[in-house]
Parts: sequence; C-alpha cells; structure tokens
Amino acid sequence: MEFFIQQLTNGLAVGGIYALIALGYTMVYGVLKLINFAHGDLFTLGAYLGFTCLVSFGLTGYIGVGASIAVCVALVMGLSALAGHILERAAYRPLRKSNRLSAVVSALGASIFLQNAIMLIWGAKGLAYPADLLPNIVVPIAGQPIPLIRVVVFLSSIVVMVGLYVFINRTRTGMAIRASAIDQGAAKLMGIDVRHVIAIVFMIGPALGGLAGVMVGVCYGQITFSMGQLYGLKAFTAAIIGGIGNIPGAMLGGILLGLIEAFGAAYISVAWKDAITFFVLILILIVRPTGILPERVAEKL
Amino acid sequence: MAAKIKDINFLIRIPLTLAVIAFFCLPLMGLDPYGLGVLNQVGLYALLALSLNIILGHAGMFHMGHAAFFAVGAYTTAILNTGYGWPILATMPLAGLAAGLFALAVAAPIIHLRGDYLLVVTIGIVEIVRIALVNDIFGLTGGANGLVGIGRPVLFGFKLTRPHHFFYLIWGFTALSMLLFHWLEHSRFGRALNFIREDPVAAEGVGVNTSHYKLMAFVIGAVWAGFVGTIYASQMRTISPNSFNFWESVVLFTIVILGGSGNQKGVLLGAFLVVGLPEVSRGLQESRLLFFGAALIVMMIFRPQGLLPPKGRTYKLPSEVARS
Repeated sequence: MEFFIQQLTNGLAVGGIYALIALGYTMVYGVLKLINFAHGDLFTLGAYLGFTCLVSFGLTGYIGVGASIAVCVALVMGLSALAGHILERAAYRPLRKSNRLSAVVSALGASIFLQNAIMLIWGAKGLAYPADLLPNIVVPIAGQPIPLIRVVVFLSSIVVMVGLYVFINRTRTGMAIRASAIDQGAAKLMGIDVRHVIAIVFMIGPALGGLAGVMVGVCYGQITFSMGQLYGLKAFTAAIIGGIGNIPGAMLGGILLGLIEAFGAAYISVAWKDAITFFVLILILIVRPTGILPERVAEKL
Repeated sequence: MAAKIKDINFLIRIPLTLAVIAFFCLPLMGLDPYGLGVLNQVGLYALLALSLNIILGHAGMFHMGHAAFFAVGAYTTAILNTGYGWPILATMPLAGLAAGLFALAVAAPIIHLRGDYLLVVTIGIVEIVRIALVNDIFGLTGGANGLVGIGRPVLFGFKLTRPHHFFYLIWGFTALSMLLFHWLEHSRFGRALNFIREDPVAAEGVGVNTSHYKLMAFVIGAVWAGFVGTIYASQMRTISPNSFNFWESVVLFTIVILGGSGNQKGVLLGAFLVVGLPEVSRGLQESRLLFFGAALIVMMIFRPQGLLPPKGRTYKLPSEVARS
C-alpha cells in the first residue's frame, strides 16, 4: 500500500507536467493541424530560462524562495510565449499555404535549431537546479510521507488547466479559438481574425510548456538540452491518448500517461518504462484512433 | 521539336555520365581514407533514403521509423555471424527477410492511419526497438554495448576490409538499387503508389487495393533497409542500439524531403548534402547543427518541393508509340 501511494502521487505529478506540455501540442494541432515538433524544445528552453533566473541571477537571495519562484515562473512564461510567437512567425506562418509535409520538416528544423541553440548558450553538459531550493517538507497523505513538491506540482498544474479551461470556454477569445479549430473558413467568414487566433495559441502553448520546464527543474533537479525530445514525444502521446485537438482530453491524457508510466515502471520494469508508453500509444491508435475524448469535429483517420 | 528535346537530354546526359564514371574512379585517384569514409557513409544513408523513398516519396506515407528496419537487418547479420558463424553475405537475404517480416507485422495494424498519426506511431516503433535492443531482448542483442567482432564480407574469395573495398560494395549496391527502384517506379506497382499518394479515395474508387499496396511499399522499403543493415554491420564490425535511434530516422526523413521526395536523383543529392556537408564543414564545429536546422526551415519556405522534385509522368501518344 505504501508503495502504491508513493507511485500514485509520483504518477500524478509527472502526469501534471505531461498534461501541461500536451496542451501546447493539442491547441496548435487544433487550429493548424500541425505537429509542432519544436514544442518539446520550447519546454527545455523554459527549464533553462528558469535556471538562469533562479540560480544565475540569484533571485532567491533578495526576495525569498516563494516570491522568487513566482517571479521566475511569470518571467519564464512570458519569455517562452515570446519565443513561441517568434517561432510561429519565422518557421510556420510562411508555410501556411504549402503542404503538410513541408510544415513537418520546417517544424523538425526549428526543433534542431532550438535544441542546438540551447546547447550552445548553456553548454552541452546538463545543469542542476539547487537541491536546497525548497525546504524538504513531507506531507502525510493516506498515512504516507509524500514530498510537498509533488503535491505542489500536481495542484498548480490543475489550477493552470482549470484556468485555461475557463478561458477557452468562457471568453470571446476562447470562443474564437474553438471556432477556428472547428472550421477555419467559417470562422473567417464570421469575422474572426484567424491569424490572430493562431498567434495567441502559439503564445499560450509555449507559456504552459515553459511552466512545465520550470516544474521539472524544481521537482527533479537535473535538466539537459535534449530532454525536450523525450518529454515532447510523451506529451504528444498524451495528447493523442486524450484525443488530439481536445483540450480536456490533453489534460486527462497527460495524467493518465503519468500514472501508466509510474505504475508500469513500478510493477512491470523500469528498463521498459519508455517502451510501455509507446506501446500504449500504438494500442490506443489501433483500438480507438480518435483518443478517449475525440475531437468534436469527426476527422476521418 | 521532339528532336530538339532529345538534343538537350543528350547534352545533359554526357557530363552526368562522365561525373558518375569520375566518381567511381575516386578511390583509384588516391582519395584519402577519411574522404572515402565520408563517401561510404553518404552511400549508406543514400541507400537507406532510397528505400525510404518508396514509402515516403512514392506512397506518401509519413514514416519516421526507418531506423527500426535498418536495426533489425544489422542485428540479424550480427547475431547470425557472431553467434552461429554464418558468412556475412549469406546473412544478407535473411537480414532482408527479417526486416520485411518485422515491417509486415508492425505495419499491418497501423497502415490505415492518416499522415501525422502514422508519423508518431513510427517514431514510437523506432523507440520500442531501441529500448528492446538495450534491454538485451531474447538474450541475443548484447544490451547497451551491442555486438562486437562482426566479420568481413567475402566476395568470390576476396575479403573486403579496406575503405575503398567498401566504397565499391556500397556504391555498387546503390547503383543496382537505383536501377531496380527505377523499374519499380515505372511499373504498375509504382503507378499505383503514386495514385495513392495523390488521391487515396480515387485510387480505391478505381479498384486499387490501397492498404495492400501501402503495406507492400512498407515491406519493400524495409527489406532494402535490412540489406543495408548487413553492409553497415560488416563495415563497422560493432553495432550498438544507439546507432538506430529516432535521430537517424529524422535524418533519413529530411534527406528524402530535402532532396525531392519521389525522385531518386534528388534523394541522392539530399544524402550528399545532409550527410556530406556537415562532415566537410567541421570548421563550424558545434554550431553546424544549428545551421542545419535553420537551413531546413529556409529551404521549406523557399523550395517546399525539395531540390530536385520528380518530373511528372509522361506518356507517349499512341501515334508516337507506333512510330518508335
């Protein structure tokens, strides 16, 4: 039972992180029908920017840990959003009219570019967030000592996701995003500036990805320039599990994937952890290709 | 008019033929082993990209897991050679067969998936294969260190060991493959694949069994990647799971798209650019991949169809056929 609770909380924390990244994939896919391969690298960028902000600037020395993390998160989300916007302008907007294959290759190029830019700026060796950043508090859950950080990561990802859900479903901009995802042509006819919507989506997604990057840094310590690849692939898997293009689906898929991975590693084999993820992906696509919560518009697969 | 076009074709063909002959003479003209090593690597990638071209270029399926089939071929050769003492060239048909059967097994359930979904699943497959190899599946693959001490190929009693031996093996096989694939392209099979790429619904409508043809494209591409695996294993003598990661598949994918998917000459050019240029530009050192990434974006913006896109199929009018 102890082991089970530990794995459960572990899976939920990782799942929250996957869900945050998956949202970026799913929102972009919703409006552009494009896999933004560079999204995983924007997540890495967020982790590194967070490192610079917290450690290199030594923010914690001036305003305390809690406040500096808050400032850092705000800064990282803003900068990641900016990076996402530049990426969209440079690599995707000129290709809006061309076929999907060129967009995919351009996305790959952007991913390679970003990854190597990060490597050149921060070095090829990984960096470590300071281990004593947060006091090592444990909270009892079901009689088990659980590190506070896991709870914080999970709860904050839930808060952000609820915020996004409200934004998408209750505001005019959110409605425009949903409309553009369902039918771009019709949305244009209704007076929606689809270009503007795409720009917004390319800022919200990377901002959430950057936040996830800081969470990984604070939670696990170690960050490397190539970590975006695996996290990105898994988050994309999560988006597909949930039904790509579907925002609640990405949240659900992320958390589900976190749990599958934690329990798979615990009860089956650690060495096969990543393979289990991809196996689940293939299984889902064979059995239920539209995911568990399919996109509202039925798309033929 | 027709005569004029013939003249132009002729004019292009002469220098091209001379260039090919000169290329095959390079080792005789005293190219150093490093240069030959680079050319051999270009050749291996070109072969793999040509086999991927059947799947991605002709059938239009977004397949980013070609390294998985390559790995199956290379490991089949390595296991049979080191474990059971088979001569390298005898393992080649089996390497192709193993890769083909593997492709048949994994592609059958996913062949109906559309564009991007297929792309992600094939990435998943390549990762599963790599993890399986690292975890020493069936106790045969030697885990993360891979397999060592793979033998050299012996051709009619002649043992291939030096880089220029492999140069002729690799590029000779490339020439043979290009000829075979050229025939394939211009067969009923090739036309069916192009039809499926352009309009799967229409193809199905006139009676092309789309999933059968797509699956066959996958199997042919995989068999060829398996063959290349044999050559690779005997050239390197040591193989490890890291040579078959997701990144290798990305490189192959970009070679095909960058060169001009569906055109063999374009794919060959793509292999030279993607594999050869970073080797030549070692002066840029660590930042060369940065430029590579940026170049991919710029290339797709200004020339999305690739450097040498395939020419459309042309057919002679019945009257012309009768005359010639």
